[in-house]
Amino acid sequence: MAERNGSQAPLKLMIVDDSNIIRRRIERSQQIARLEVVGAASNGREAVELFRRTQPDVVTMDLTMPEMDGIECVQELVALNSKVLILVVSALADKATAVEAIAKGANGFLCKPFTDRQLNDALHELLLEA
Amino acid sequence: MLKEAEIRTFIEGTTRYFEVSAQQSASVGSPYLVTDGNPGAYDYTGIIGISGARKGIVYFSAPRGMLAVLLMRMNETDTSDENIKDLVGEVANTISGNARKDFGRTFIISVPTVVSHDVEKVTAPYSKSYVIPINWRKHSAKLVVCLE
Repeated sequence: MAERNGSQAPLKLMIVDDSNIIRRRIERSQQIARLEVVGAASNGREAVELFRRTQPDVVTMDLTMPEMDGIECVQELVALNSKVLILVVSALADKATAVEAIAKGANGFLCKPFTDRQLNDALHELLLEA
Repeated sequence: MLKEAEIRTFIEGTTRYFEVSAQQSASVGSPYLVTDGNPGAYDYTGIIGISGARKGIVYFSAPRGMLAVLLMRMNETDTSDENIKDLVGEVANTISGNARKDFGRTFIISVPTVVSHDVEKVTAPYSKSYVIPINWRKHSAKLVVCLE
């Protein structure tokens, strides 16, 4: 990430979840100083539009959403920018779904429900991938 | 009909939700079978449709007071009706989604539908449903599992 954005440069975060509570919770709970929330979307279609406008570096992505689900959205975002870092945050707890999300281009998977610490650990781990 | 291990999956998902999200355990009573197609509901109900290898619904139903406190335990200060409805749907979604750990990916869950203040509209698709009673703080709620 440092190579891509300059040393410790701020990174833009987009939050995608059909639950307003979860969107607000992720925004409130994430403690990584470099991450600046640039927007939130409630379904995959909205997320693609917002992604084009705001060009985020990092995305948290729900999977079960109306309009366009998270797996399809991951594919679309990766097609727009292959360097985007995507953390899937979903209740779908089966391994096959996590494997599929990673295969489609996601970089990490956090299962709901989650604690603030688990969220921040997952985001830290995600940023190490860059 | 549900097997005992399958019911246990939903019990574990329910207790995990409260332990992690509210950081306060809920006690889960003995599950019981309702055979008249009317497992009952509280003020707010989040309903998840199940399709794929299993068919039916899973719903989480709770009174407003419980949901408002749960929101506050999650550091959410906005306890508006919109957020209460959002929460009851999210609880149902999370418990149902977590069940895929045991049921596998052919246990396909829908996005939540929320019914509020109209308990007659909460109906089960089949006559037999399992009700898992939930007690948290001084409130009572229920998880209903109605699968073909």
